[in-house]
Order: sequence, then structure tokens, then C-alpha cells
Amino acid sequence: MNWIRHKIDQIKEPFEPGNKLQKYRPAINALDTFLFVPDHTTQKGAHIRDAVDLKRTMITVVLALIPALLFGMWNAGYQHYIQLGENPAIFEAILHGAYKIVPMIVVSYGVGLGLEFAFAIMRGHEVNEGYLVTGLLIPMIMPVDIPLWMVALSVIFAVLIGKEAFGGTGMNILNPALTARAFAFFAYPTYMSGNKIWVSEASNVDSISGETILGSLAANKEITYNTAEMFTGIIPGSISETSTLCIAIGALILILTKVGSWRIILSGIIGAAVMGMIFNVLNIEGNGLTNFPWYQHIIVGGFAFGIVFMATDPVSGAQTTRGKWIYGFLIGLFGIMIRVFNPAYPEGIMLSILLLNVFAPTIDHYVIQGNVKKRQKRLQMKTVKTA
Amino acid sequence: MPTDVKIKKGLKLNLKGEATETFEQGENTKTVALRPANFYSLVPKMVLKEGAKLKAGDEVFFSKYSAKTRVVSPVSGTLKEVRRGAKRKILDVIIEADETQVYKDFGVMDPLKSDSTEVKDRIFSTGLGIFLNQRPYNIPANADDTPKAIYISAYNTAPLTGSAEFILKARVEFFQAGINALTKLTGGKVYLGVDKQSASFLKDIENVEILNISGPHPAGNLGTLIHETEPMNRGERVWTVNPEDVAIIGEQFKTGKYNAQRTVAVTGTSAKNRKYFKTIAGAEVKSILKDFEDNSRIISGNVLTGEKVEADGYLNFFANELTVIPEGNEFRMFGWIPFIDNNIHSMSKTSLSWLFPKRKYEVNTNINGEERALVVTGEMEEVMPLDIFPMQLIKACMAGDIEKMESLGIYEVVPEDFALIDYTNTSKIEAQSIIRGGLDIMLTEVG
Repeated sequence: MNWIRHKIDQIKEPFEPGNKLQKYRPAINALDTFLFVPDHTTQKGAHIRDAVDLKRTMITVVLALIPALLFGMWNAGYQHYIQLGENPAIFEAILHGAYKIVPMIVVSYGVGLGLEFAFAIMRGHEVNEGYLVTGLLIPMIMPVDIPLWMVALSVIFAVLIGKEAFGGTGMNILNPALTARAFAFFAYPTYMSGNKIWVSEASNVDSISGETILGSLAANKEITYNTAEMFTGIIPGSISETSTLCIAIGALILILTKVGSWRIILSGIIGAAVMGMIFNVLNIEGNGLTNFPWYQHIIVGGFAFGIVFMATDPVSGAQTTRGKWIYGFLIGLFGIMIRVFNPAYPEGIMLSILLLNVFAPTIDHYVIQGNVKKRQKRLQMKTVKTA
Repeated sequence: MPTDVKIKKGLKLNLKGEATETFEQGENTKTVALRPANFYSLVPKMVLKEGAKLKAGDEVFFSKYSAKTRVVSPVSGTLKEVRRGAKRKILDVIIEADETQVYKDFGVMDPLKSDSTEVKDRIFSTGLGIFLNQRPYNIPANADDTPKAIYISAYNTAPLTGSAEFILKARVEFFQAGINALTKLTGGKVYLGVDKQSASFLKDIENVEILNISGPHPAGNLGTLIHETEPMNRGERVWTVNPEDVAIIGEQFKTGKYNAQRTVAVTGTSAKNRKYFKTIAGAEVKSILKDFEDNSRIISGNVLTGEKVEADGYLNFFANELTVIPEGNEFRMFGWIPFIDNNIHSMSKTSLSWLFPKRKYEVNTNINGEERALVVTGEMEEVMPLDIFPMQLIKACMAGDIEKMESLGIYEVVPEDFALIDYTNTSKIEAQSIIRGGLDIMLTEVG
């Protein structure tokens, strides 16, 4: 271990302050700190520090994403083969999925981290680890056949306009991964919706429909999948959103490690359930989605993935405890409402989260205002007493 | 009737290296230092010149902006040196101590039989006023104020701290006399926070309102006690006193002598002789700390709020602890991976340390990461028992937004209330110094 450290110190030498490559220090530091937790000691404030840091937190989220990612790879391959009438072995299916998805991840990380490094060097701060999660999320919520250049463009848009324009990590208003998806959705609608894009290479096979459940419902077609299939996720859809089971495993990791807010996840599910039940009771004629049982609303489409991995983004979400309850609940509520009332695009969770991202500061403002008012009232009472 | 102060939020840190409860007389310190930095915001005006002879209790300097705030010498001897820094700012006033101590005689006074102006005059004219701290801002008390209450916390919940109960045991009489004097300074109550669990003699102290404290750190912090009893409002003043200083005040009233005796618990895994040492406020570190590991951080105070000092430096005027822990200037390979290096404590559950809540940890000064943007939310609230929004207040302080700071409760906090946030936050921001910065802005703009 010592000689590795020694070697790294040698490599880093031209980057030390005062040397010619000093400007590129954040880049080399980012690589170094992935090998070693630095030897920095406390200079101000408390002399001791907790073991947790942003790297650890972000990697925990990445770990929580792994089950859904692996399942997504298998499912992409599986859906591809069954439309051809074949029944693939697990390995075969994963291989096909990986062939499609790994390049997307490589592009997403390559382009995104490149930008992150460039901004860190430009602004002279260390590279924030947030993109490790964003960069993995972006391919996971795309249709499997999306061209790589589109992934790259979406990443550029998300990082530049979604994040850096607001001042970088911690300052963004919208969730960067969803910004990327929203960009792709509105810029290239033909690649992002319809009934030919959800299964790998479906457009090559005429007459076979690879529609998502929500797509079929919006078109008032019969659903051929049962609840168990919806829950395990052996259905067409964006790469990693189909398996509620794998997402639940991820949610469990996030909640047990306290990295993700259980309040947002729980209140989101409650919100969606409430809205789903309202529609079930109303039972509007001619809209297949209103009759869709409320519990199935929660396990199909991007809802589960969105509420677990997108809504819990601490930067773009509500920051106060009470605010998180309201924020999650409204995401669930609006998500299902948009889903049911928007036949052009049946998946509402993306728009719902983005909408609530915008309103999160307002929610927080009113929560905090309650605290402020209490303080003002105390002061008033005091003045009255002394007067 | 004792009041209960019970909090749930916070963190009890179990650390290795506690001091055993035995007293040892520290070696006589050759010199003592009075450092204006220990009396935050005080700009000193020297009374004596270098070379002057003085007794214990003679005035050394006073505050430029309030002449009644005086600092007197804790020892008799010679004013050896006034060390100055940039712009001739006074850093240390070094006093060489005599072999045998001579005390200035202030005369005996029974505070209960005297009226409050006499008591107040005596406290401020003889330099005892420096032991009174003012909230908001945590600065020396202003003699012209009348605080709405006075708070003393004799239950220190921070990790590796000296036990006020143990320190005061031999000086109960003086402590009571000090309390009697303090009651004359306020129209309100004098509160004394004690550990609810212990059946301590402190609960029999008279003329105070006893607060029975229970809960994790920062239950015993003065900020918590104030918040739970009479929360601060704009324009109000509260004074706080360290328990041992109450005894110093009491002794001066009872005997007429200013005896700035400081009991210091030497703690921390790197210190070898971990006991309670009796010495003088501002004494040399080496008079009580001889044997310790190389590559150590010496902290005058506790690991959360203390001041870094050198082995040949001086103790903080107020601190009852001297904590010595290893410096963490080492690299840890892949130490950022979750569930790696579980021997380092973490409040988050990305380390297995949460499975062993009773385990005692050895700590060092490594930051365990680097400073990052504020990303994670909700973690600060877990260690903040006060009814304020810590992250929002920190941001208001960073922005220097006076109105926001005020409405979010800046008057109710001092940096030490944010010490646990320093410790636990994922982004490794320096919450205490940010709050101090905010308080400084308020101090100059609002006062």
C-alpha cells in the first residue's frame, strides 16, 4: 500500500500548488481520493469527524441502484428475445441487455464526468461526487434503443443547464437525471414515446407490439400482464423502471442506511394510492386508466423508480422534515393525476417530480415560516408583558 | 421545584481515554498567559507595563470598549512580556509567577447581606466579571446590563469532559457563596443544570432553580438549557458562568483572595497520565501534560469545541479539559466505501458502527473526506434539539442575511450548539465557524 501511495505522490507532484499543472489539481485529486481517503486533518471547529462523506453517501445510492440495473439488463434482453419467439437463457438475455446498456452508461459517465471535471478545474473546487449517481440514473430511465448521441446530448443539457448554470452541485433546482430525460422527451419525442421503442429492436419486427402497460391503458386496450408480472417487472418499459421488486430492494438499502428519505418514499406512495383510489371510485367512462386498480398504479410505469431514486434527491427535494411529507405526497398525487389525464403521454411521474422540484423551496418556505412566526409571537408576548 | 430538561435529539459519543477521578497537584507553572482571544471580542488596553510587579488579583488589562470589563492576574509575579501580532494586536500577556503566591486582599463580603449594587460593583471592579459570559454572541458580559437570568451547567455531556461534580466536590462552600453572589446580579432566576441520574450534592445547592438534565449531548449545553426554560428573544441578555468559576467568585467573596484555581481533566487516548490536575487558569500546558504520544493533537477543551494548543503553549483560560488525541494525518485506502473501516464511528448507517451503540471509539483528527457542497438534508436536524432549522440558519449566516438570521433564531445559539453538526455532517462544512461569523455580523450590526 505504501508504495502505491508513494507512486501517487510522485504522479501528483507537478499538480501541487506552485507547479505548472496546478490548475488541474481538482482532476487529479478526484482520482486520488477514490483510492485513498486523504490525510487532511481538522483545522477549525470540531477536532473529530464522522466517518461519512459524500463519496460514501453517493456510492450507497449507486449500490442501491445495482439490483434494478442488473434486472434491467436481463429484462431488455429477455423482452428482445421473446418478441422473436425465442426463450433466452439468463446469460444470453443479460448479454444482449449489456450490449445495449453498457455503452449508454459509458457515454453518460464519460460525457458527464468530463463536464464535471472541466467545471471543477474552471471554478477551482474539488469534483463533487453527485454525478456518480446522476450518470447512472440517466441511462436507467431511457428507452433501451435510444441512440448514444442522444444520451450524450441529454447529459450535456442536464449538467450545463440543469446544474452548472445554477452554480453546480447543491444549487440545482431540478433533478439533473430527470432534466436529462425531460430534455430527451421533448426534443426527440419519437424516440421517447410510442409503442415501438420499449423493447430492444422492436421496430425491426413488424406486427409485434411492445407497448408498455400504461400505453395500452391510454389506448383503452386490454392488459395482458398480471399483478405478479407487473411487480417483478418482466414487462416492457424504460430500462430499469420495470421491476418494482428490485426497486424495493434499492429502497430498502436507501432507507436502512438513512441515505434516502423514507418520509418522501412513504408519503409518495400514500399520495399515489389516494389519487388512484379517487379515480377508482370516480370510474370515468372511456378512460382505461381510471379503472386501473390503485395498487397496480404504484407498481407499473416509472412511479416506483421515480419516488425511490428521483424524488429522494436531497438537493432538488424539500429539505425540512414536514416539507418532505408534503412534497412526497404531492408527487404521488400529481404523478397519478397526470398519468390518468394525459393520454398523449401516460407517464406522469417525471413531470410530477419536476413540478414539485420547482415548488419544493416554496413548501419549505411555509414550513420554516411556521417556526419564524412562533419566534415572533414569543417576542410579542414578551413586549406585551413588559409594557 | 426542580424542572426537567429532557431532549431526544443529539448524539452521545462514547470515546476512549477518559480521565480517572483522582486529583493530582499539577507542577507549579513558571508562567501564565492571559490571552485576549480567550475573552472573545475583547480588545485589551494594558494597565501595566512589561516588568511590573503584581499580586494575584491585580488588574492587567481592560476592555477598550467597556472599562468595567477587567482581566486580573491569576498569579503574583512579574509581567514578563506582551506578545503582539500583526497591527500590534496583543496575542498573549505572559506573567512570570513567584515561588510563593501573594494575593491582593479584597476583603470579605457576604453577598446575601449586601445589596445588589454592592455585589455587582465588587464583581466587576475586582475582575470577576470576566467569568460572566453574555448570550447572545457568547462574549464577556457588559457590566451595565441586567440579565434576565443566569445559567450554570454542571453537567457536561460532551465527550471526554471533566465532571463538574467531581471538580466542585471539595469546594461546595465556595460554590454556594458564588451562587449567592450571582443571585444579586439578575432580576430573574439563577439556573443550575445537573445530571438527573446522579444523587449529587449539587441538588442541595440553595438559591438556584435546579434543572434536571437527561438525554444525549448537547443536553447539558447552556444553549439547550436556555432554550428549554426561557428562550432568548431579540434584545434580551442572559449570562452564563462555568461551574468552577462560580467557586472562584465565591472564594473571593468568602476569603477576599482571587484564587483562579483551574481543575483540568487530562483526557484522550494519546495522553498517558489521565487524571484531574489542579493548576491555575492560563497555566503552561507542560505543567500538567508531560507524557503523551508523538504526532498528537493537544486540545484545550473538549474534542468538539476546544482550542488547539501547542505542547509548549498555554491552557485556555476557561477550559476544564486538556484532550490529547492522535493526529489523523494518514491516508486510508478505499476508506470511503460503505461498511469499510467500521472502527471509525459514524452517525449515519453507512458504517456498521451503529450496530454497537455501547462501543467506545478511539478518534483522531482526520476529516474522513473532503469538504463538499451541501447536499444531504435531514442529518443536521437529528443532532439539533433546539427548535430551529440548522441548515437554513447556516445558509443565512453564510449569506450574511441579518433579517433571516434573526428570524431563524441566531440569538438563541452560539457556536458550540453546532459542534455536533461539525462532527456529523456529510459535506464536512465548518458549522461552528460559520455560526461564529453570523454572530459577528449581528454583533456589529445589531449589538
